[in-house]
Amino acid sequence: MFIEINHINKQFLNKENQPVDILKDINLLIDKGEFISILGPSGCGKSTLLNIVAGLTKATEGEIYVNDTKVTKPGKDRGMVFQQAALFPWLNVIENVTFPLKKEMSKKEAIETAKKYLQMVQLGKYTDHYPHELSGGMQQRVAIARALAMNPETLLMDEPFGALDEQTRSRLHTQLETIWTETKKTILFVTHSISESIKLSDRIIVMGTKPGIILQDIKVDIPRPREEHKQEMIELEDYIMSFLKKEIDKVVSEELAV
Amino acid sequence: MKKFIRQVIFFIVVVFLWELGSRLELWMPIILPSPSMVLEALIQGFGDKTLIYDLVASFKRLFIGLGISLVLGSLIGILLAKSKYADDTIGSLILALQSVPSIVWLPLAIMWFGMNEVSVIFVVVLGGTFVMTLNMRMGIKNVSPLYIQAAQTMGSKGIDLFIRVVFPASIPYVVTGARLAWAFAWRALMAGELLSTGPGLGYTLQYASDFGDMSLVIGVIVIIGVIGSVVDQFIFNRVEKSVTRRWGLES
Ligand SMILES: Nc1ncnc2c1ncn2[C@@H]1O[C@H](COP(=O)(O)OP(=O)(O)OP(=O)(O)O)[C@@H](O)[C@H]1O
Ligand SMILES: [Mg+2]
Repeated sequence: MFIEINHINKQFLNKENQPVDILKDINLLIDKGEFISILGPSGCGKSTLLNIVAGLTKATEGEIYVNDTKVTKPGKDRGMVFQQAALFPWLNVIENVTFPLKKEMSKKEAIETAKKYLQMVQLGKYTDHYPHELSGGMQQRVAIARALAMNPETLLMDEPFGALDEQTRSRLHTQLETIWTETKKTILFVTHSISESIKLSDRIIVMGTKPGIILQDIKVDIPRPREEHKQEMIELEDYIMSFLKKEIDKVVSEELAV
Repeated sequence: MKKFIRQVIFFIVVVFLWELGSRLELWMPIILPSPSMVLEALIQGFGDKTLIYDLVASFKRLFIGLGISLVLGSLIGILLAKSKYADDTIGSLILALQSVPSIVWLPLAIMWFGMNEVSVIFVVVLGGTFVMTLNMRMGIKNVSPLYIQAAQTMGSKGIDLFIRVVFPASIPYVVTGARLAWAFAWRALMAGELLSTGPGLGYTLQYASDFGDMSLVIGVIVIIGVIGSVVDQFIFNRVEKSVTRRWGLES
């Protein structure tokens, strides 16, 4: 297995310094080149899980192996696109994208690589703009270009398209799919959009909340390009929707009971 | 622009009333000389180059003193931000020292270094260092964890992380620190010069007072005030504004 997530538990301390279970017994095996969506309601621990895989947060228990190496710290083999764009405001667009390339290639190569990925996200004309001059969606596209330019084997994406309008999002879906088929990257894609997860992924991991657990691991067998199979997409969406509704109803009734 | 015009008109009115009061002999020239007498004293001072020598001497001390305090203040600030142990010990000492007006160190400095340049520069350094330290420390402590995490996933760590991310991220605080350090250093310099040997603006102020040359006293005060506010408004204020905008800290 390319990525092995074994018995991950994560607790955070609440305001009274009591440990609270955020993630409970998360197990997941991911093949090289798979496109995995992690789907779940707000606050279920999706970002936390992704941060643990990235090596930015330590799990309370359990371990993760990527390419047979135990994850103990962040590394360039796992590129991350954060929920907020996380660009450096003191650098312009091209300097942001070349940030991770400084050590491994000449300046000229780095700039060429960066330009290639900026064109891919349709920002080729904005190389010398500063982040504060860009809209939120444009900033997020720069962040995606930055992660891609580093050419990591694994791409961790935390709701990267959440802030975008429908058209831009749809175009970026197509581009991401193309990049994924061309580069054979393994992608962990966090979202709370059911249709987005169906459109993009090989497998959908549905998470429940309080504590965050894996409820279902759904294989998406619809052939690509999926736009040509609207009917099957809608059926799957209905299925996941009704399943999640039960889950949300459960949470709501539990909250009311307390 | 409107604000600027209002300010200009205000100053013209003040100077006019001051001149008028002097002409009507509402007060004696030895108490408060008229603006035209002050102007005359300034023209004479610049004419025989004494004020130019004073300015050059004062600025030399300021640049050396402020330069040292910016570098020293930043280094101590970085140390305090990075080491909890240093923060608990040296940090509390600096907080205490910061509340001491730096001019009170002059008698000590004169004992150590003698009645000379070095003593004045020492006081200027003490004036600027501690605010710079405290701002640098705050700047580093307030770097958004998101920037650090993003840099870490891009393979940056240790000294590379500090130079390329942590330090630039704290630049808004560095600018504020430098602005305050300049203001404190400028005040410390003038106080120090009043009590030391010339040339220097403060020295000439004291000298003119000893000889009852009130026009020159006021003239030098005007120069000190103008330099203080011009540097603050035209240099630091602008830099601070553009940094705030670019770093996305605008409210
Ligand atoms: N550093 C922290 N300290 C304490 N609690 C935390 C911390 N980080 C996250 N949490 C809690 O962990 C839970 C999961 O947070 P997380 O950000 O992983 O959710 P998420 O699934 O990404 O939600 P969203 O879809 O809204 O981004 C939340 O209840 C949050 O309050
Ligand atoms: Mg999240």
